[in-house]
Amino acid sequence: MIFLNINNLNVSIEGKKILNDFNITINEGEVHAIMGPNGCGKSTLANVLAGNEDFEVNSGKIIFKDEDLLEINIEERAQKGLFLAFQYPVEIPGVNITPFLHAAINSKLKNENKSELDSLSFAKLLRKNAEELGINSDMLKRSINTGFSGGEKKRYEILQMSILNPELTIFDETDSGLDVDALRIVTEGINRFKNPKKSFLIITHYQKLLDYIHPDYVHVMRNGKIVKSGDISLASEIETSGYQNF
Amino acid sequence: MNKETSHTLNKYAQDKYKYGFVTQIESEKPKKGLDEEVIKFISQKKNEPEWMLNWRIDCYKKWLKMSDPQWANLQFPEINYQDIYYYSAPKGFEKKPKDLSEVDPKLIETYNKLGIPLEEQKILAGVAVDAVFDSVSVATTYKGELEKLGIVFCSISEAVQTHPELVKKYLGSVIPPGDHSFSALNSAVFTDGSFVYIPENVKCPMELSTYFRINAEETGQFERTLIIADKGSFVSYLEGCTAPQRDTNQLHAANVELIALENAEIKYSTVQNWFPGDENGKGGIYNFVTKRGLCKGKNSKISWTQVETGSAITWKYPSCILKGDNSIGEFYSVAITNNFQQADTGTKMTHIGKNTRSKIISKGISLGNSQNTYRGNVSFLRKADKARNYTQCDSLLVGNKCGAHTIPYIDSKNNSAVVEHEASTSKINEDQLYYCRQRGLSHEEAVSLIVNGFCKQVLQELPMEFAVEAQKLVSISLEGSVG
Repeated sequence: MIFLNINNLNVSIEGKKILNDFNITINEGEVHAIMGPNGCGKSTLANVLAGNEDFEVNSGKIIFKDEDLLEINIEERAQKGLFLAFQYPVEIPGVNITPFLHAAINSKLKNENKSELDSLSFAKLLRKNAEELGINSDMLKRSINTGFSGGEKKRYEILQMSILNPELTIFDETDSGLDVDALRIVTEGINRFKNPKKSFLIITHYQKLLDYIHPDYVHVMRNGKIVKSGDISLASEIETSGYQNF
Repeated sequence: MNKETSHTLNKYAQDKYKYGFVTQIESEKPKKGLDEEVIKFISQKKNEPEWMLNWRIDCYKKWLKMSDPQWANLQFPEINYQDIYYYSAPKGFEKKPKDLSEVDPKLIETYNKLGIPLEEQKILAGVAVDAVFDSVSVATTYKGELEKLGIVFCSISEAVQTHPELVKKYLGSVIPPGDHSFSALNSAVFTDGSFVYIPENVKCPMELSTYFRINAEETGQFERTLIIADKGSFVSYLEGCTAPQRDTNQLHAANVELIALENAEIKYSTVQNWFPGDENGKGGIYNFVTKRGLCKGKNSKISWTQVETGSAITWKYPSCILKGDNSIGEFYSVAITNNFQQADTGTKMTHIGKNTRSKIISKGISLGNSQNTYRGNVSFLRKADKARNYTQCDSLLVGNKCGAHTIPYIDSKNNSAVVEHEASTSKINEDQLYYCRQRGLSHEEAVSLIVNGFCKQVLQELPMEFAVEAQKLVSISLEGSVG
């Protein structure tokens, strides 16, 4: 099975080219990190994978679990097991996480022809996972992301990931705006979730996050394409000498 | 707006009304139009005493001299009052059936279809229902049980016969017939509605509810409801409304009066789902409603909650007159307009007594080509020392052809009054939709979730039995199939 393969992908927004013959292959169970300076197209990549309709795919192919990803819409991609942990999770006033995530998990289960979760078993699952992430029950009662601190929002993203149980998780600069403690809590959550069936694409600007997560591969991105690939030592190289050498 | 959003919005705009069926039943009507003869016909059908007929005739004479109010942000052709039937009842309905065995099965079936079973074994637990069909009350459930507590719950026509002293004392005491043309008209030709009396210190143990159904063509419905909560009592009351789908407009002009005596509390909830007209703006109910509550005694409280999703035109301002010291008035409203619907709705809080408090939470949601106006009037009279009002008006726009308007009037004759007003207008946010869909929810589910979240503050004020229903109705008004 081809897990994820992006082949010569060209993407633009309002006529401006952002991804330029972009290529990557990610296999089941692998952890990839993409690093790059601001404006290199990292976040665009994350959003194009998720199906954001603001971007225009000019040419190229994305295969996810043997299926042409560009043929299906945002929610179908999510139901197929793709999860995007947002850089800036949006506030949804008045909407509580319980009905929200309950509806989300059931739409996924339905898509997989599995039986849906009743309210009680879902509530149990949510409480258990929240506890593991150090999210107290008061926070579960609040509206989604509303009035949350940066760290709380990111923890909420990890909680949603742990419930929806995706095969591919994309972290879009999850470390931005986090202090060291929050970063540790978030990365612990990610590490607990890692297993040989799950793959991750971590998009980041700094090396710090990678110190906690240990990717299998590190890629450097500039001007809309990967310019160098290697292992974790590539991240240390960037940390010492910056992006100008790539 | 991206393609997917406009696609979903178009789909919403084309959704159909679920309660548009017609019950085929032979009905009895007077001649078309309005004159003294027609009023006498109505009064006679209801076997009314002379004082009632005289009151009607007086009101009719007042109405003749008045013209319809023009200040609302609504556009519609002038109503031809001579082209309406003022009374319509299933044949042989001079006397209200004693029990369901006397009721035409077609009527019972109608209410079953609307989700309001009337049969003893199926009636909603904890909710007493008065079912009004066109101009007459068909059945009232749980009547016996309520009587044991001294609670009177019956149709207003019955109350005229059985409790004339209460009707005489309070009818028209909160809404004077000469207030405006619709109140005068209603007072002249009102047909049915509910009457409630809660005796001193009785907490009504169940929800009281009236379900209004318009069925007959070219017929106006003139609902009249009167609720009196005696000292220290409590009652929660709910009304629901639906009508068949027709391409002509129909008039519903209601008058509802509430009176709360010392330490009494009335909670009045409305779920209004009259036929809103089709996607081209054809047909639908013209809903001109006057609802007013009087907090007559000290420490009394009146709370209005409304979910307005139907009607081609909504003209409605449930109000509170806060006369008793320390009395409280509340208004919680969700108004959703779609296609070519127009709503001009809000409230009036009149602070007369000391330390009176009022709270207004209004949520307007506009879709399609609709126009949605909040109109509020908060006034503090000279003696209203330390009175307070808090108003919050939020508007949500879905799409770019609809409009939201907020018109608050504040008038204070007392220096110690405190007024707070907050207002916001927002568009449904593409980022929120993207976020929800990335979690696997469909576009429709996402919109419904966000709108329900927007209304939550109001929906949670509804009696529990109806909160879920209302939530569904909100979703249905948006799309038609979720639930």
